[in-house]
Amino acid sequence: MNTERRRERIDRGIKIRTDGIYAMMSWRELSYLSAPRLVLIAGLLILPFVMPGMYWQRVITITCIYALLALSFDFLAHFVGLVCLGGAFFVGTGGYMAAILNTSFGLPPLLTIPIATIIGGAICTLLLLPCLPLRGVYFAIVSLMYPLFAARVIEAFDILGGTDGILGIDGFSNSWIEQYFVIGATLLFLFGTRRLVNMDIGLVFRGVKDNDQAIKASGMDITRIKAMAVFIASAMGCLSGACLVHIYMWSGISQFALDFSILPIAATVIGGGGTLVGPIIGCLILVPISELLRDFGTLRIVFYSIILVGFIVFRSEGIMVFGQRKYHQFERWTKV
Amino acid sequence: MDILIYGTINSVTLALYALGFAMVYGVSRLPNFAHGSLYILSGFVTWGFLNSLGLNYLLSIILAMVATGVIGALIYQFVLIRVRGMEISEIIATYAIGLAILEGLRWAGFKGMTYTLPPFIEGSVTIADIPVDYQRLLVVGIGGAMVVCLWLFTRYTRVGLALKGMAQDERAAMMLGIDSDLMAVVAMGFGSMLAALAAILLLPLGNIVVESGYNVLILAISVCIVGGLGSWIGAILAAFLIGFAQILTAVYIGSHYQMVVALLAIIVTLIIKPSGLFGKQKELEERV
Repeated sequence: MNTERRRERIDRGIKIRTDGIYAMMSWRELSYLSAPRLVLIAGLLILPFVMPGMYWQRVITITCIYALLALSFDFLAHFVGLVCLGGAFFVGTGGYMAAILNTSFGLPPLLTIPIATIIGGAICTLLLLPCLPLRGVYFAIVSLMYPLFAARVIEAFDILGGTDGILGIDGFSNSWIEQYFVIGATLLFLFGTRRLVNMDIGLVFRGVKDNDQAIKASGMDITRIKAMAVFIASAMGCLSGACLVHIYMWSGISQFALDFSILPIAATVIGGGGTLVGPIIGCLILVPISELLRDFGTLRIVFYSIILVGFIVFRSEGIMVFGQRKYHQFERWTKV
Repeated sequence: MDILIYGTINSVTLALYALGFAMVYGVSRLPNFAHGSLYILSGFVTWGFLNSLGLNYLLSIILAMVATGVIGALIYQFVLIRVRGMEISEIIATYAIGLAILEGLRWAGFKGMTYTLPPFIEGSVTIADIPVDYQRLLVVGIGGAMVVCLWLFTRYTRVGLALKGMAQDERAAMMLGIDSDLMAVVAMGFGSMLAALAAILLLPLGNIVVESGYNVLILAISVCIVGGLGSWIGAILAAFLIGFAQILTAVYIGSHYQMVVALLAIIVTLIIKPSGLFGKQKELEERV
């Protein structure tokens, strides 16, 4: 007898925010739905307590900063269709903004960060505005150049502290505030963007990605919508840059470095693009590993790049999509 | 007069950077972000053949070109072919490969002033009161010869015609029995060889520095965008445009502004005519 079998996947019938309406029946189902979210939130909030020593607490802060960047990349790439290879540009703009506000105007970090987030986002959006009618390869290429040029311009004209950068920036008043500020911001933006992409405007964003002519035919201005999306994403990037500057108490050209462009992309690919949670999980995996590899210098970048190529070629769905499938569906073998 | 001479040299340099990129993009629609890394890699490979193995200069040049071509073809055959047609994945994959090569070289200690290739012919000649060394003249000469060879190659050889067919219409080319995957591999190999040729011609003018890989990539992309992605003639024309613009800014405004010219050129081109000077096919597609 030929006993060929195949694996069958069946959805569990418990869902939230989907096409059907499902009545919640029991605590068991409620906890089934909320457990993953609660685990993430509680896990991030507990992390600073379980980390041994200052050094690893700092690693958690940096992880969250990268997570914000990865979130902004994922949002732009998978919900609006703009692949931005120049995340470092947002970091640099936000960082320099916060540095100037702090050193020249004497504002405290809790004021500079929000201001740098909003004004930095606006500046990035304005500078990227000419490129917004583009899409695909063209936008990726041009956005890749922005951070490189920004670094070149600062170096060449010796403005904003030139190659030395801006020194003497205030730090956070204590390390707990620093950690919880960044973790809080990450969670806020994570759930904020999740809510955003499920609202009407999120539908329009996805429309721009999938079929911009249709959006145009509906009488909406695509460039304006893209500008809004870029503002949201670059504000996230600027927020992370501003936090970074206040953590290191220094702002310099290295904020335009490739690290800030490539690691979030790698995290997004590994975690699973288009899920918004995936990038954060990717960062939680990649950043600590890269801290362990700190002794190897630039070999770290080689390491991410190889992981990135491996994932994109062989497992382009990422960890999160895989995990979601395993969680929401059960599998069994059936006879063909 | 010096503007004319240096402008020409600069333009040919830019054209050399850009041709490989334009070729790969034209044939397989693959934006090869690893172009700059292949350029630098081939420089170090030549250096390795020359100094570590002690081979003859000409022999090591030829070997390095072949090696780079093979590396490019292998990258395509084993990695990029799997993500073909997925734009985001293509960009990220080539970008990551490029970074891996450059940062790997940097990690392996290939940095500093020690790595130089000797010029082919020492000395210089004076043209209209301006000293120009022979290497720069050779760059212009070989660059020009290469363009002519490419033109002949795509016009009179079977492989060249197949590549041209792929670039014009991939489906029609497949119907006529052209193996599109094989041709894409060939194109990537040729593109990498062009990068290697550019490297071997241009690197003797200075040190081999890993960071300049990024500059090469930026300039190549600028030239290709201004000329229209995928168009070789456009790329050459744009190289002259940007090359002279750069020299003019360097002379009249200041050399700091040289790199800014490339970005400005891109932005202006993208706003006015996003498909570039000679990009014909995607006028509607790329811009909304």
